[in-house]
Amino acid sequence: MHFLRELWDNVREFVTTVGAVALFFGRVLAQLPRALMRPSLVVEQVHNTGALSLVIIMTCGLFVGMVLGLTGYDLLQRFGSEEALGTAGALAVIKELGPVVTALLFAGRAGTALASEIGLMRATDQLTAMEMMAVDPMRRVIAPRFVGGIIAMPLLTMIFISIGIFGVQLVGVQQFKVDAASFWSQMRSSVGLDDIMEGVIKGCVFGVACSLIAVYEGYNAAPTAEGVGRATTRTVVISAVLTLILDYLLTAIML
Amino acid sequence: MSSNAASRKPEPQAAQDSIVEVRDVHYSIGGRAIFSGLSLQIQRGRITAIMGPSGTGKTTLLRLITGQVKPDSGQVLFDGIDVSNLSTSELYTLRRRMGMLFQNGALLTDEDVFENVAFPLREHSDLPEALIRNIVLTKLQAVGLRGAARLMPAELSGGMARRVALARAMATDPEVLIYDEPFTGLDPISMGMIVRLVRQMNFALGITSIVVSHDVEELSILADASYIIAGGKVAASGSFVELKDHDSEIVHQFVNGLADGPVAFHYPAPDYYEDLLAG
Repeated sequence: MHFLRELWDNVREFVTTVGAVALFFGRVLAQLPRALMRPSLVVEQVHNTGALSLVIIMTCGLFVGMVLGLTGYDLLQRFGSEEALGTAGALAVIKELGPVVTALLFAGRAGTALASEIGLMRATDQLTAMEMMAVDPMRRVIAPRFVGGIIAMPLLTMIFISIGIFGVQLVGVQQFKVDAASFWSQMRSSVGLDDIMEGVIKGCVFGVACSLIAVYEGYNAAPTAEGVGRATTRTVVISAVLTLILDYLLTAIML
Repeated sequence: MSSNAASRKPEPQAAQDSIVEVRDVHYSIGGRAIFSGLSLQIQRGRITAIMGPSGTGKTTLLRLITGQVKPDSGQVLFDGIDVSNLSTSELYTLRRRMGMLFQNGALLTDEDVFENVAFPLREHSDLPEALIRNIVLTKLQAVGLRGAARLMPAELSGGMARRVALARAMATDPEVLIYDEPFTGLDPISMGMIVRLVRQMNFALGITSIVVSHDVEELSILADASYIIAGGKVAASGSFVELKDHDSEIVHQFVNGLADGPVAFHYPAPDYYEDLLAG
């Protein structure tokens, strides 16, 4: 009985949270037009979430590509088809690793920064002060950060993918001397626009999910040090799990 | 003021010279009653002190007046308009007539002093930059911090942060300035500055000031009228002299700062010796 009651409580809490996030999402969407009328605020947030994440995205993209080059070459040379490394590496990075790893890194770098920043603004009465100055924090703080996130995330995904393919090439062509012409020509003939669109769409969807989770958790953080810490942790955990679930669903739909 | 908020008619029988009126308000948080029949009036153009022991709901009263929370029953009227019945946009319109000074200043930490004071002007007006600059410098001059315009909030002392917050609260020339614990944690010099500023603002600008605090000495200098809240109601009201001679035990304990009285030194607990032996 105790187990069933606990299960019921958890299910109820989950449904309540999903409802609260949906309502919050609706409030953010309602403020989007007014937020977009202040482009300077959005550009500032694209810089904060996007430009400041560039180094980590590029570094990880390079190493993920290089590891993919190593394992891909090891696998393909067993079948004597090393030339297919370009195609295999590009498809893996464009369709899966690029969007997913970028989303995980985005949640860890930009998502936590957003959640803790907004949570601290809550804890130090800055959001309440805005409300008292008749300024809606949803419009002034939340919506620009959300828009900044959903603009930055697909761009970061594209950068990750580009650097990742460069990493595959670095190991395959430069280190293992796979024929460069075959590497690039096979990639060009096998990777279509629909593959690239799949990566872009995933980047956009993950951008919405990760940005929404970050601003929601920050806005609803308990106004204490522990509350802000918990909001930051929840941002990373929920974003990571949600990214992987959404990745499965999107892959299944677009297969 | 928006047409909706402007078209709302003042409640009948609202006292003509009171800008804020709290009528028989009941309010509880998590089953604990904070107010049980609280009624008071804030007179226009005067400095009114709201005092009381810690935990009696002084800040909650401010949250009720500013519409941050709604009473379980009763009315909170601002210039005759029932605050708890307003929509969000009407409430925001009404709040443009108020300024609030938070206990910690609540400055925007990623903006400098100038931008903090300019914030409400930029959000609510399309004034040219030169005019915004002049208004901000005027407000900062009034609080003595024009020279600190380019400092960041982290570089300010507690007293300076509160003076900047006061300049920001005045930026849009509100009718009512609300001060939440403005003296807490300040050294005597900063405290003296804040007392002088509150008095000057009230006199020079003709605004109404509501000061929530438990600093009896400062409020005795400052306030035209005072309320002491205890037990969810107004325990006493009047001038400071009247409060000093009040026959209520809790008012006597509070005004004279006595450790013993109706507010006990010890939080309710089981018998001390039994508690020790139980371990």
